[in-house]
Amino acid sequence: MKMNKKILAMLLAGAMLFASACTQKEPVTSSSESAASEAASSEAASSEAASGETDDWASKTGAKTFPAIAKEDLKIGFVYVGPADDGGYSMAHDNGRKSMVEALGLGEDQTMIVENVPETSDCETAIRNLIDQGCNVIFTTSLGHMDWTANVAREFPDVIFEHATGSTTGENMSTYFGRMYEERYLSGIVAGMKTKTNKLGYVAAMPVPEVIRGANAFALGAKSVNPDVTVEVKWLNSWYDPAAEKNLAIDLLNSGCDVIGQHCDTTAPQVAAQEKGAFAVGYNASTLDAAPKAYLTSPIWDWGKYYTAEVQKMIDGTWTSAKVWAEASTGIVYLDKLSDNCEPGTQEAVDAAKAKLDSGELKIFAGPLKDNKGVERVPAGSEMTDEEMWTMPWFVENVVGTALE
Amino acid sequence: MIQIVKRPDPSKTQDLLTRLFAVLCALVCASLLMAALGYNPFKVFGNIFIGSTGTLHRIRETIIKTIPLAALSLGVAVAFKMKFWNIGAEGQFYMGAMAAAWVAFNFNRLPMILMLPFMFCAAMLCGGLWALIPAFLKSKFKTSEILVTLMLNYVAVKWITYLQYGPWKDPKAAGFAKMPKFVNAAVLPKVFGVHIGWIIVLVLAVLVHILLNKTKFGYQVSVIGESEYTARYAGISVAKITLIAVIIGGGLCGVAGFMQASAIEHSLTDQLSAGLGFTSVITAWLARLSAPAIIVVSFLFAALLQGSAYIQTAMQIPTAVAEVLQGIILFFVLGSEFFLNYKLVFHKNAKEAA
Repeated sequence: MKMNKKILAMLLAGAMLFASACTQKEPVTSSSESAASEAASSEAASSEAASGETDDWASKTGAKTFPAIAKEDLKIGFVYVGPADDGGYSMAHDNGRKSMVEALGLGEDQTMIVENVPETSDCETAIRNLIDQGCNVIFTTSLGHMDWTANVAREFPDVIFEHATGSTTGENMSTYFGRMYEERYLSGIVAGMKTKTNKLGYVAAMPVPEVIRGANAFALGAKSVNPDVTVEVKWLNSWYDPAAEKNLAIDLLNSGCDVIGQHCDTTAPQVAAQEKGAFAVGYNASTLDAAPKAYLTSPIWDWGKYYTAEVQKMIDGTWTSAKVWAEASTGIVYLDKLSDNCEPGTQEAVDAAKAKLDSGELKIFAGPLKDNKGVERVPAGSEMTDEEMWTMPWFVENVVGTALE
Repeated sequence: MIQIVKRPDPSKTQDLLTRLFAVLCALVCASLLMAALGYNPFKVFGNIFIGSTGTLHRIRETIIKTIPLAALSLGVAVAFKMKFWNIGAEGQFYMGAMAAAWVAFNFNRLPMILMLPFMFCAAMLCGGLWALIPAFLKSKFKTSEILVTLMLNYVAVKWITYLQYGPWKDPKAAGFAKMPKFVNAAVLPKVFGVHIGWIIVLVLAVLVHILLNKTKFGYQVSVIGESEYTARYAGISVAKITLIAVIIGGGLCGVAGFMQASAIEHSLTDQLSAGLGFTSVITAWLARLSAPAIIVVSFLFAALLQGSAYIQTAMQIPTAVAEVLQGIILFFVLGSEFFLNYKLVFHKNAKEAA
């Protein structure tokens, strides 16, 4: 009993100490909060001032043409969010690296990779280690690597940085991406024709605009051939998590979905579909072998041409930083050959849509479009701009799930 | 027939020789593995050395990795000294980091001179209180502190995950689940290119050393560690001393979380610890719970981590191999612990002997 009282007393003492520590400092915040408007304006001013320096760097995007780097002096570092052999996203980048090395005839030791780099300060450490080991070009490949890449880029103005899927650019930092949503639309056609239950599942990484846009395109593609179809989106909160990817796919299949689409890094959802006797649209790479009975097709990344072209510019002395959202015509994205699991007539439907997309007759995010709460988002006769697509926070009408708005 | 016999306390030379022999065995075994995988082991070990100390940047990185590991090991060591098996450094680290982040987010107008000490104290308190839970449960319900501290790690990490994906998510990050950056006043400044955590951790090591070896409190902790009954008999208030030591230990782990969040991440994430909380159990044990030795062992371990990162890129050795290498070294060094305390006696034939 005596001991218990002492423990209690200590806990209380601790709590009191904590409370007193809080109250001591409280006036500082409350006073600043009472002058909320003033605080807000000064905050805006200070953030402007802070971004004043960064703006200088950011506003110089594309301003400087970097001097040529002799081919044998190139040392290029790649930072991946998962393992290089993940069978998906990181593998697609690594295949791009390999084909770039081959196309340009670089030596074995002229590229370096770092795998499994989380979207934390570990990313900055990984980049600094690469520069320490002599890299003069850095490619980082996951959205959450963006800020860390920019931190280091500001510090090393002579090193060339390229970051995939982001929005930050600066004098020596490009961002690059491809119009994957067009291929997702086509893959939606494939899934929409295959489904019998009219319920598609979608294993999605995290609620960021890129993923929302992709799910919307998939849903609109499916709807174009099957007006009754809905797409249920579930969030993983991770890009790479094979076990969770599989579990989420199983959840969706159990709830009646018979075709699974995905925006995550591995083939786990396709394997889950095969085990349940259902079908799947993959992502990133051609993965028929992973689930031969379930695989329909995949929207695929081919980074090799982009990497080769960029590094060639560095060799030629014509590289400048830029914001790149490459068209499908550059070959950076394409739809895999349809497997024999697809419904008859799918190829024709895909080809017809592809032709319309290429000619500009078909715009995926053209009005009238409503979100899944019934609010009109794009009026008839207009279409979304690149900027609007880039920041898309809502789901289209036939998506079941919660986006940002 | 083989018999396991307890050894008398090993001498210092015996101790050192056994440990060196264990490291040697580990290197030989790891070399064989390297060779089997087609890498030249001498080159690999050479590169680990070069990769952790070869340039100023690498030395700094090694020191940066040493800081949290040493602080965590100190925290673990205080509890271990009285045989309170605290495997919860990871959780105490996260709770400390959370308290520091809470201060940084909510009092963001404080000047650095107030902000950092406030964060330090909040982290220490929160880490300490988190460690108090298993201590309280142990004294009240005789629960195993090993299990409770271990499981509370997962509670702590999941709590941080909840904050990151929920109430503390940065609304400006467009759906990307991360917390906002700390204001500049909440970031530890640098001295000689490394954040001042290195000074903090050295001071903490000195304090822990004095506390455990030169004070009455430290003596009482040792007595409790040797025998609780002896301690009771000697009139030591076991409950009080235990709770204070556990709070200090948890507090040190919390401080490690504060330093990592402030100096390295400038924010809080559920991946902040990178598993160092578990590694620190090993480093504390390898250092035989001595504060000066903890600094040395943590540095060597950090060098192994940094060197492994280097060989991954320089020699394109997969991360998994680097991790196996660390595992082999640990296996042998910890294995030597057994042979220090016990010896195997071989009898040719038990019946004949009888």
